[in-house]
Amino acid sequence: MTVVEALSTAPEPVAPLPRGAGPIALARRWWRALTSMRTALVLLFLLAVAAVPGSLLPQRSLSQSNVAAYFAEHPDLAPWLDRLRLFDVFSSPWFAAIYLLLFVSLLGCIVPRTRQHWRVVRQPPPSVPARLDRLTLSQDTAVDVPTPEAADVAVATLRAQRWRVVRRDAAGVVEISAEKGYLREVGNLVFHGALVVLLAGLAYGRLSGYEGSILVEEGSGFCNSFQQYDTYRNGPLAGAGDLAPLCADLDAFSTEYADNFTPTRFRADLTYTRELGGPAATYPLEVNSPLRTDGVRLYLTGHGYSPRFTITYPDGSQFTDLSAPFLPEDPTTLASTGTLKLPDRPGEGVGEDDQLAIEGFFVPTAADLGDNRLVSVDPRPLNPAVAIVVYQGSLGLDSGAPQNVFRLDQTQIERGVLAEVASGNLFAGQSLTLPDGTEIRFEGYRQWAALQLSHDPGQLVVLGAAVAALIGLLGSLVVRRRRIWVRCVPAPADGPQAASRTVVQVGGLARSDNPGFAAQFQELVDAITGPVARED
Amino acid sequence: MAVNDTLAAWSDTAFTASIVVYSVAIVGYAGEYAFGRQGRVARTSAAQTGPAPVGTIEGPPNRQHMATRLGRVGLAGTALGALMQLLSLTLRGIAAGRAPWANMFEFASAVALVAVVAFLWVQYSAPKLRHLGLFVLVPVVFVLVYAGLELYTEAAPLIAALRSYWLVIHVAAAIISVGVLFTSGVLAALYLVRQRYERGLIEDAPAPKAIVALGPRLPDATVLDRLSYRLVAFAFPIFTFMVIAGAIWAESAWGRFWGWDPKETWALIVWLVYAGYLHARATAGWKGTKAARINLLGFFAITFNFLVINLVVAGLHSYSGLT
Ligand code: HEM
Repeated sequence: MTVVEALSTAPEPVAPLPRGAGPIALARRWWRALTSMRTALVLLFLLAVAAVPGSLLPQRSLSQSNVAAYFAEHPDLAPWLDRLRLFDVFSSPWFAAIYLLLFVSLLGCIVPRTRQHWRVVRQPPPSVPARLDRLTLSQDTAVDVPTPEAADVAVATLRAQRWRVVRRDAAGVVEISAEKGYLREVGNLVFHGALVVLLAGLAYGRLSGYEGSILVEEGSGFCNSFQQYDTYRNGPLAGAGDLAPLCADLDAFSTEYADNFTPTRFRADLTYTRELGGPAATYPLEVNSPLRTDGVRLYLTGHGYSPRFTITYPDGSQFTDLSAPFLPEDPTTLASTGTLKLPDRPGEGVGEDDQLAIEGFFVPTAADLGDNRLVSVDPRPLNPAVAIVVYQGSLGLDSGAPQNVFRLDQTQIERGVLAEVASGNLFAGQSLTLPDGTEIRFEGYRQWAALQLSHDPGQLVVLGAAVAALIGLLGSLVVRRRRIWVRCVPAPADGPQAASRTVVQVGGLARSDNPGFAAQFQELVDAITGPVARED
Repeated sequence: MAVNDTLAAWSDTAFTASIVVYSVAIVGYAGEYAFGRQGRVARTSAAQTGPAPVGTIEGPPNRQHMATRLGRVGLAGTALGALMQLLSLTLRGIAAGRAPWANMFEFASAVALVAVVAFLWVQYSAPKLRHLGLFVLVPVVFVLVYAGLELYTEAAPLIAALRSYWLVIHVAAAIISVGVLFTSGVLAALYLVRQRYERGLIEDAPAPKAIVALGPRLPDATVLDRLSYRLVAFAFPIFTFMVIAGAIWAESAWGRFWGWDPKETWALIVWLVYAGYLHARATAGWKGTKAARINLLGFFAITFNFLVINLVVAGLHSYSGLT
């Protein structure tokens, strides 16, 4: 009897590998090797090991600038690592090869096991082994009732405890097979199957999703179209026409701080419409609470200050309320740097060489160190000030090459077509006059918010699959598969009242990881024989 | 909302007290070892008759009596130390007005507490294993001392990004699973020792001294293997849930549920290693020693994720509270 083997939820012991040298035999051999438990185990480890460099080396998907810094630090090593795609581990072909192999192996494992379990579930529990006393758990008890009656009690007891029971009567002997815990294998299959669905959901989301991010100042807004974003990425199946027609304006931005400048709350008050010219709604966007609408999610991912200036030209023409977002250099005190570029002038246009740019250092709360240096001592805008350097000349915006909006094009300065004309520190309300009489007045600040808009249609699939996997896992770890066999045999004919006496033989079998089974078996034996057991 | 400094100070006192009480418990357990040690004769006869289950090797009655008493001191110290730790974490939570697991110090302390509770469960379900407390408490005290010296941070309010009920759920699941895996790892290490010892008996091959000294007083290898497995089987779904909860939180805080942030990547690595452990226990040729080594590898990955990834590799998960 090989009953002991048959109970594991591991795949059946397989037949020896197909022999022969033909391509089909070879392919079958490879397939069998790929879908074996051992291969699955090795691939699991391989995947874990492959993920390690992706966590220790800078990754382009996380930070381009860290990768650039690594290149600068290790000029010899970095190109080699790059050739191995070690800065893009998670999108590299070799990483994909490992997990795809793992999932092929997984499918090759699930499909036959599902078929096999389907058969097992529809078959009755296997018949009673010839020698019950060979099982790890077995007990014989003599009872004072006729055989059919003893069998009735056993069947009723097992049924009441939700065992699946089959009764076979033959030649005065009753054999009962019972089994429980089919859900273990079901849970295992659900778990592994859900992993496949999860991967499919991930892939679908990658292919059909998009993501854009943009800095928005208080008082302005944006619409969900890819031209407006500062950075934009989309999957190959996501077209421009798929972008939900969402528009949002940032009405106000506020922050709260605890002691030691711990920021405890960020809030961007938005007014948005879900279609062009549609009704407007408001939403307080906060970290941890994105705006979800029409399959897109809008997040608050950062914030900072934009200094405001008024520029009065010698002829009296004026730009009021000019501002440009400055990027925080120090996340604690929000000291920030940035550039305001002015290619035009009110009224008549300016010449190509009469453009203006303000490079600046903004501090929300300035401390006076007495040496004309500005230092920020608080992230809150309690005493905003700005140190500026003003340039006049040609900004080089028409060269066609894209420019960094936060920096000046240094080559223009080196070529001598853009020159510093004035510099100074300004507190709110103060102004600086350029040699040509232009007056630059620092008006204060407004805040900006960094917003990210994401669309990932695979997200819910992934969540559903993850939850299904968890439930399947629980089933597979908690449910225990076990069998009970009962054989009711009439007592030897030579004893007294032989016809009304029965020997009840009970045997039990469980997976090895079932420490409570012995106790449960005993309870069951007592329940089956207890009410009718003979007292002697 | 200000931090209550008085309560925070009491919390620190309770933390120190837990280390002291655990240390007393260690002395108790160690004494149980010293007094319960079998004589030379018993050892040789045990070697001849094969692996003897724990509890059958006994010293002279009065020494045995002493050993039992010291063992009880160990157990009482373990429970009292756990209570002190619970008190310390509770006071910190009240002092800072939040769940007391928001930085590395608090996390390490909570994990140590769960590991101790997991051991108390082991010893409740198999009282004969009481003396194994020594092997759990020594690393626990090491973790607590390290946390107190290197990771200590003042009780402080939370930054905005951590203000979410997912912090409570996600990190609580991490603490429970990691704490239980800690104890499982200790049992796996003991399994390897005992396994080596039993092999030495069967093959009559000399084992290293330390193993000869420890082996006889450890429970059967199969017992250790099964307990270690049961703890992983308990912790693995919780760890899985922790990853899912983290992904849900990441989706609402960072705009994507998975981004290969180093911390996330290592959570996956750890998960894969323990999945490998569960597979190994069902794969011919990988059961036993290999599986136990995978278990230890898993805990090594957890430790790496906690120390190296948090402190050296900066990611989005900046919660160490250290600067
Ligand atoms: C993505 C890859 C995989 C992961 C993450 C994974 C994970 C797991 C986990 C966590 C378990 C233990 C819980 C349970 O019993 O359900 C398990 C069990 C199992 N896995 Fe996988 N698995 C993977 C791939 C595979 C493959 C490719 C095979 C087939 C060769 C396989 C066959 C099995 C079997 C037979 C069991 C049951 C073992 C037992 O009876 O205890 N798995 N798997």
